[in-house]
Amino acid sequence: MSDAAQSGPMLAADGTPLKRSLARALRRQKLRALALIAPLLLFVLITFIIPIASMLFRSVENQIVENTLPMTVQELRGWDATSGDLPSEAVYEAMYFDMFLAAEAKRHTRLGSRLNYETTGMSSLFRQSGRRLDDIGKETQRPLERLNGDWKDGETWHAVLSAGDSAAATDLVAVQRARIAYLTDTDAAGAVNFAPSAELAALLPRTMREYTAWAVFTATQDNRDPAVRDPWESVATALALDLQTADLSGYEGAGAELLREAQAAALPVPAMTQAFADMDEDWATAEPWATIQTHSGAYTSGYFLNAVDAQKTPDGVAWQPEEKQILLTLFWRTLVMSLAITISCMLLGYPIAWLLANLPARKANLLLILVLLPFWTSLLVRTSAWKVMLQTQGVVNDTLVWWHSTFVGQLIDPVITFILNIFIGLMNAVLWVWNLLSGIWGAVDLELFTYAALGFERLALINNVTGTIIAMTHILLPFMILPMYSVMQTIPPSYLRAAKSLGATNTVAFWRVYFPQSVPGIGAGSILVFILAIGYYITPEIVGGTKGVFISNRIAFHISSSLNWGLAAALGTILLVAVLILYWAYDKIVGIDNVKLG
Amino acid sequence: MKRTKTLMATTALTALAGTAIADGHMASDMTLVSWGGAYQASQQKAYVEPYIAMNEGVTAVWDESSAEAVAKLRAMNEAGSVTWDVVDVVAADAIRLCDEGLALEIDVDEMLAAAPDGTSASDDFGDLLVSDCFIPQIVYSTTFGYRTDLVGDTPPTSVCAVFDTENYPGKRALERRPINNMEWALLCDGVAKEDVYDVLATDAGQQQALDKLATIKDDVVWWSAGADTPQLLADGEVIMGSTYNGRLFAAIEEQGQPIGMLWDAQVFDLDGWIIPTGLSPERQKRALDFVKFATDTQRLADQAKYISYGPARASSAPLVGKHATLGIDMAPHMPTDPENAKNTFLYNYEFWADYRDDIDAKFQAWLAQ
Repeated sequence: MSDAAQSGPMLAADGTPLKRSLARALRRQKLRALALIAPLLLFVLITFIIPIASMLFRSVENQIVENTLPMTVQELRGWDATSGDLPSEAVYEAMYFDMFLAAEAKRHTRLGSRLNYETTGMSSLFRQSGRRLDDIGKETQRPLERLNGDWKDGETWHAVLSAGDSAAATDLVAVQRARIAYLTDTDAAGAVNFAPSAELAALLPRTMREYTAWAVFTATQDNRDPAVRDPWESVATALALDLQTADLSGYEGAGAELLREAQAAALPVPAMTQAFADMDEDWATAEPWATIQTHSGAYTSGYFLNAVDAQKTPDGVAWQPEEKQILLTLFWRTLVMSLAITISCMLLGYPIAWLLANLPARKANLLLILVLLPFWTSLLVRTSAWKVMLQTQGVVNDTLVWWHSTFVGQLIDPVITFILNIFIGLMNAVLWVWNLLSGIWGAVDLELFTYAALGFERLALINNVTGTIIAMTHILLPFMILPMYSVMQTIPPSYLRAAKSLGATNTVAFWRVYFPQSVPGIGAGSILVFILAIGYYITPEIVGGTKGVFISNRIAFHISSSLNWGLAAALGTILLVAVLILYWAYDKIVGIDNVKLG
Repeated sequence: MKRTKTLMATTALTALAGTAIADGHMASDMTLVSWGGAYQASQQKAYVEPYIAMNEGVTAVWDESSAEAVAKLRAMNEAGSVTWDVVDVVAADAIRLCDEGLALEIDVDEMLAAAPDGTSASDDFGDLLVSDCFIPQIVYSTTFGYRTDLVGDTPPTSVCAVFDTENYPGKRALERRPINNMEWALLCDGVAKEDVYDVLATDAGQQQALDKLATIKDDVVWWSAGADTPQLLADGEVIMGSTYNGRLFAAIEEQGQPIGMLWDAQVFDLDGWIIPTGLSPERQKRALDFVKFATDTQRLADQAKYISYGPARASSAPLVGKHATLGIDMAPHMPTDPENAKNTFLYNYEFWADYRDDIDAKFQAWLAQ
C-alpha cells in the first residue's frame, strides 16, 4: 500500500537507490572476473600481440637509411633525381664521411643489403666502396704528415683540437655518441677523453665533427684512449677541406702555428665526385643516389607497394616490370585455392559429421577415432604420405594402371572416364568463369587434371594445384568435421521425425528442417578451415610444385632466404587484413552469432 | 657412492688442471650449428669427437639450423642473445652474415692453423677465402645424377642432356631457385662459360636463360630439399636431377641405386664455419680454439672418410683416404678429382649477392606462369 504512494526510486536495504547498488555489485563482479583472466590477458599480450605488432611494424619502418647516412640524406634533399644531373659535390662529400664511419662500424654493408631490395647492385657497390674508401683519405693524410711530422702523432691532434681551459662544445660529443650508438648497436656510453674546442669547432667544423666521431668510437668501441691514438684518414681529409676556407687569422689557441702552416701549404683536397667515380663507375650515375633519396624516409610505403607488385620511383609509384609481377597473383591464388579447399572439406565433411551424430554410440566412436587418428599424426608425415600416394609412380597411379589392365577395368573405364570428364569439365568451366572475373590480376591458372587418358597415361596428381587441394583437404578435414559434429549432436532427431509425420518427404525434411539447424556448424568449420588454409605453408611447399604454392611460401622465402623482413611483414599484414575483411563480410552476410563450435 | 663419484671427479679435475690452465678462460659448452644428416655426422666424427677427447670437460651440442642460419642469427642478434658458437653455412650465406655484421671477421693466418709443411693458412685455403668472415671447410658441387637403366644405351655425358628431351625423354629434377639453373641454361644455349655472368647481368640475358628453361618447363619436377632428388631418382619419378654430389654418392655407393654421376658442368660451391659476433670473450675463445682444430690439414682430410666432399685445404688433398665403413677409395668420388673436374663451373658469389632478389622474383613469376 505504502509502496504505491512512494514516488522516489526504489531503495535497497541500506538506503541507497537499488539501481546504483546493483550497478556497484555488477562492477565488482566484472573487476573480479577481469582479475581472474588478467594472467591470461597479460600472457597473450606479451607473448602474442606485442611480437606480432612489432613484426608488422617492420613493414613501414625504414630508419636505417637516415641513421646510417644522416648527412647524405640531408644534402640530397635539394637534388632533383628526375633532372638527370648528378648530385652536387657536397653530397659526395657528405657520403664520404657518412660511409667512412659506417664502414668503421661495418654497417655500410647492411645498408647495401637494404637498398639492394630496391635496386640491384647496391649490395656490392656498398661492400666494395667501403673497402676502397681508405684510399681517398690517404691522398691527404700523406702530404700532411710529410709537411710536418707532428701530424703523424695522435697526441698532436688531441692537443690541437681539445678545448683545454677554453670553452668546450660538448654537444658535439653527444651527437656523435648517438650516431655511433645506432651504428654499433651498443649504448656507446662511457667516458671519452676528449672535449672539442668550441672555437676550433666554429672554424674547422668538419675536422671537429670527424675527430669527435673518431674519439667517441675509439673510446667506447675499442676501449682505447683517444689522446694517444692516431685518428682515421677521414680526419685529415676533413682538415684539408676545412683549411680551404677557414679564416685562421684571429686564432691564437693551441696548434695555431701548425694549422696556419698546413693552410699555407695548400694541401691536396680530394675531388669527391671524381674519387667516387674512380671507386666504382656506378657512383657517377644518378641511379644509386636516386635510390638513396627515394628510400630515405624514416617510414616508408615502399614495402607495401612491393607487396602489391608496385614500387617507389623518383617519379612516384609505378608498377613493377611485368616479368617481376608475382605477388598479387599469389594472393589471388591463395584466396581461390583456400576457398576450393574449404568447399571440398565441406562437401566431404558434412556426410561424415552426419554419420557421427546419428550412428549408434559404439559405431560413432569408432568413426570418430578414424577421424581423429590422422589429426593426431604429424603434419609432415601426412604430407609426405600423400607424396608417396600421389606421385607418378605412386600408389594411386599404380593401382589405376593395374585396374586398367584387368578385364573389368577395360570394360568399365570408358564409362568412368566419361562421367569423370563431365564432372571435371563442369569444375573447369566454373574455374574458367572465375578466372575471367579475376582477369584484372591475370588469370590464375587452376587447370585440374583431365581424365581423358585414364589408364593410358599416368596422372599428374602432385606438384600442382591438384596435389595441394587433395593433401590440404585431407589435413584440414577434421577442423570441418568436429564443429559440424558438435552442432549436429544438439539437433534432436525428433524434429526430423515430426517433419516426416507431418508429410514431408526425406528431401524436404532434410533441407527445411535439418540443414538450417546445422548451418552454424558449417559456418564455424568453414571459417576455421579457410583461415587455416590461407596461411598454410609446409604442405603447399612439399606437394604444390610451381602452381600450387601460396603467398605464405613467398613470405617464408623473404623471412629466411632474402632477409627482406620489411616485405615479409607487409605481405603478412595484407594477409591479416584480408582475413579480417572476410571475417567482417561473413559477419554481415551470415552473422557471427550463427557460428557455433558446439 | 656419491662420495666416490665426487672423489673421482676431483681426481679427474686435478688431472685436468694442466689442460685447464692452457685453456685460459674458455667456455666449456659449445653449440654447433650444421645441416643434420650424414654431413653433420661426418663433422661429429672427424672434428668434434677428437676435439672433445683432447679437451675433457668440453661438451658440444648440435643444432640443425644451418638452412635458416642467416635469419635466425639476425633474430638472435636483435634480441641481444646469441646462443650459437660456431655455425656451418654455405659461402653465400657467410658473405651475407659478414655484410650484416653478424659474423666475426677472421684473421686467417693468425687464427687458423698453418699446413704441416709450414704453408700459411691463407695460402693453403687460397681462393676459397671468399669472405672476411668465412672459414672454408669443404668444396661440394651441385651436379646431375641420372638413372642408368632409364637413359637408354647412350648415357648422357654433357649437362645439356638435361635440355635434350628428344634423346632423354622423361622428367628432370631441378632446384626451385634460379641459382645454377640459369647458368646451365645459358651454357646450353651457346653462351661461353666465361661470359655467363656478363650475359646474366642483363635483362635480355635473364630472359634468354628463362626461355631456355621454358623448353623443358613441362618436364621438370622442382625440388627444394637436397634429399628430394635422390628420392625422386630412386622412385623412378625422374630420369635425371640436380643435387649435391654427396647425396648422390650416398644413393649410389651406400644404397646401391642404379644412378650414374654426370659431373659435366658441376657447379663448385663452398661450405664452412663462421663465428657469430656478440659472443662473450670466453665463448669466442672456445669457438676460435675449436675452429682452429677442426680446420687443420688432418681434420679436413679425415672428414672425407665419411662423406664425399672435398677438403678445402690444398694440403689435405693428398691425405684423403678410404671410406670409413665401405672401405672404398674416396678420392675418385671427390668433386675436385681431376677425372670429375674436367668441366666445372665456379659459382659467382658477388654476382648472386647482388642479383639474387631481382632474378629470384623473375624466376618465381616465370614459374607461376
